[in-house]
Amino acid sequence: MARSLYSTAFYREILESVSADVLRNVRINKGFIIWMGILTISLAACLYAYTLQLHKGLGVTGLRDATSWGMYIATFVFFVATSLIGMLISSVLGLAGVTWIKPIARIAEIIAVAFAAIAGLVIISDMGRPDRLPYLFMFGRVQSPIVWDVTVVTTYFFVSLMLWFIPLIPDLAIAKSRLEGRPKFLVKAYEILSINWVNHEKQFEIMHQAMRILLILIVPLAFAIHTVTSWLFAVTPRAGWDSTIFGPYFISGAFVSGTAAVIIAMYFFRTSYRLQKYLTDDHFEKIGRVLALVSIVYIYFNINEFIVPGYKLKAHDAIHLRELFIGHHALLFWGTQLLGLVIPVVLLLISKMRKPLPLLLISIFVFIAAWFKRYIIVVPPQEHPYLPIQNVPVEWMIYKPTVTETAVTLASMILVLMIITILSKLFPVIPIWEIAEEEASVKEKAEIN
Amino acid sequence: MSEEIKKPESDDEKIDETLESSRRDFLKKVGLVGAASVAGAAAVYSGYRFEKNKHKDDTVKVLTEDNRLVEVPREEINDIKYQVRVLHTKGREGIKGKKWVMVIDLSKCRNARKCVNACQSAHHLRPYEYHINTLVMQETVNTPKYYMPKPCQHCDNPPCVSVCPVDATFKRQDGIVLIDNERCIGCRFCMAACPYSARMFHWQEPLNAESDKDKLYNVELNVPQKKGTISKCLFSADRLRENALPYCVSACPNGVFYFGDENEDAVTNGTTKETVSLSELLEKNGAYRLMAELGTKPRVYYLPPKNRIFDFKEGEKTEYKETT
Repeated sequence: MARSLYSTAFYREILESVSADVLRNVRINKGFIIWMGILTISLAACLYAYTLQLHKGLGVTGLRDATSWGMYIATFVFFVATSLIGMLISSVLGLAGVTWIKPIARIAEIIAVAFAAIAGLVIISDMGRPDRLPYLFMFGRVQSPIVWDVTVVTTYFFVSLMLWFIPLIPDLAIAKSRLEGRPKFLVKAYEILSINWVNHEKQFEIMHQAMRILLILIVPLAFAIHTVTSWLFAVTPRAGWDSTIFGPYFISGAFVSGTAAVIIAMYFFRTSYRLQKYLTDDHFEKIGRVLALVSIVYIYFNINEFIVPGYKLKAHDAIHLRELFIGHHALLFWGTQLLGLVIPVVLLLISKMRKPLPLLLISIFVFIAAWFKRYIIVVPPQEHPYLPIQNVPVEWMIYKPTVTETAVTLASMILVLMIITILSKLFPVIPIWEIAEEEASVKEKAEIN
Repeated sequence: MSEEIKKPESDDEKIDETLESSRRDFLKKVGLVGAASVAGAAAVYSGYRFEKNKHKDDTVKVLTEDNRLVEVPREEINDIKYQVRVLHTKGREGIKGKKWVMVIDLSKCRNARKCVNACQSAHHLRPYEYHINTLVMQETVNTPKYYMPKPCQHCDNPPCVSVCPVDATFKRQDGIVLIDNERCIGCRFCMAACPYSARMFHWQEPLNAESDKDKLYNVELNVPQKKGTISKCLFSADRLRENALPYCVSACPNGVFYFGDENEDAVTNGTTKETVSLSELLEKNGAYRLMAELGTKPRVYYLPPKNRIFDFKEGEKTEYKETT
């Protein structure tokens, strides 16, 4: 694109209005302090639960020898899944030349960064000996999928962080002179983080190159993190986990929960940051279609995952499926499948349902169901191992999450909210320069015609 | 200049000469004493040699760890008992030349649970924490129920070992799968991977945490047990090190267990102490392995519960009840 655009008067005008709209929210106000205060207090309460766990052992959870992975692992899978949306929006749609994603790409990256960062912490909360975490690096064995998982999740987090930060640099340069009345440290941070950005043509060139490399790199990386996460289950010989389609099954499911998360975040920023001009009804209409598409793909994988073993009914598959369809987990299973997948898809086919508010409500259902879906994937296959569970106390046979365990899980969710809050409140949530450039070039074209 | 140097030199020579003569005297004296003591020592040594050579033919042939046959004097054989620290490396290697194998005769089990109790007391476990557990099994509604002792199967293709991220659980050359609870990070991936549910986790402080606190960790006994780590059946590796049968095997009152070395093709019954041919035992009794179709290649064989010598008693000890 011709850089001469930047010197035009109407570009400056657009830039002023966009940056005014977006930067209006970049401030530490009462709401922010109260909200962070509430989060911090709840986090402290939940962390107390974790100290209990550290002190007394994992026995404070409902986990026992039979079901030894529960809420923590379900939450881990859910977080990794949700973080995949960064790749779908910025990379898959971005590289395909879809332009409407521009205002929401940064929201998607914020979600990717927040969920990927905390996913690693969730895994630590599940460890019996978190003090031995360094052993993973000292004695790590390449054969173990856990080592693969740690490697790719960490890499994905850093690449996502870069994908959030690099397009932010021009915005930081734009914003640093427009931050009157903000705390000094924030202005200073903007100055340092904008790393001498002067809108030079060469700088744009380097940025576009770096972004291109990262956007391509993150595709296999994102596939790797969730495929490997699915292999934590699929490499074991348990009925319910022993599946060859677990990789794509997990990835297609990941896009569902991630898209729902982006829609919820979009709605929140649109209303509370008054960004209706940038996050328009049209954006909701389009992301609603994306949600419908990824949900339909996920339904397809669900059909494969349940109908094929359901047709053969091999002894242990039969026990597992009976528990899901009509047994102990039936309510949760049909709840997640119908309320979180089938009904949303049917509703999303109606264009009125893709308006912001109905879409938000649908997304909330989809998002919550996505967590329970991970629970359904993780817990039930462990309750019916090949050999019977006998001669143990009754509470060792069936998994029931405890309050302590729930609190520790909530702590991880609070941390995600904190990261999202900081990234979206202290930094522009809409890419100013990209929107201004887009608007200006549209205007320029219109004038030429 | 040269004369000046020579003069003191000649003085030195004189001193040297006198020193030299006194040194010679001294050496002569020392030589005498030395010769006498060498002669004495030689006498003592030849006496020792004589004593030693009395048993020259009394040697034993010994197979070393690296499979060499060597001959050593009988009195120079010392029993080696590894220090617990040494076991940290030795325990990972296993006992060379052995391939431990267990055979469980289901027709003889009547759920006495002596194996379970002996194991739990040896490894400091609670009554509901199992390395070995006796299960009530039934294939279909038309086939009779029977009791099945279930230790770790010590698979030759162990799924638990494959997935361990830190090499805390490992396969030894003598066939045993062990757990090093000083390495275990408590991720429980091995529990998820084990199709036999053979592993247990310390969800709380272990039973004897307080009294075992100062003990040195023995990887072949897995004591002291540690909170937040995995524990499992070890085929009593510590007992095998001492040429004894595993705790469960020797505790059984009913002759259920056979244990031995596959390389020797011999297994010994823990109750009768009768040693039989492994291949014959397996062949004559239609032995099988649990879920062989999973390809885990267990080292534990089962003889089917046919012609049972004890009746199955319904509802006996199948549900754990807190007795404290």
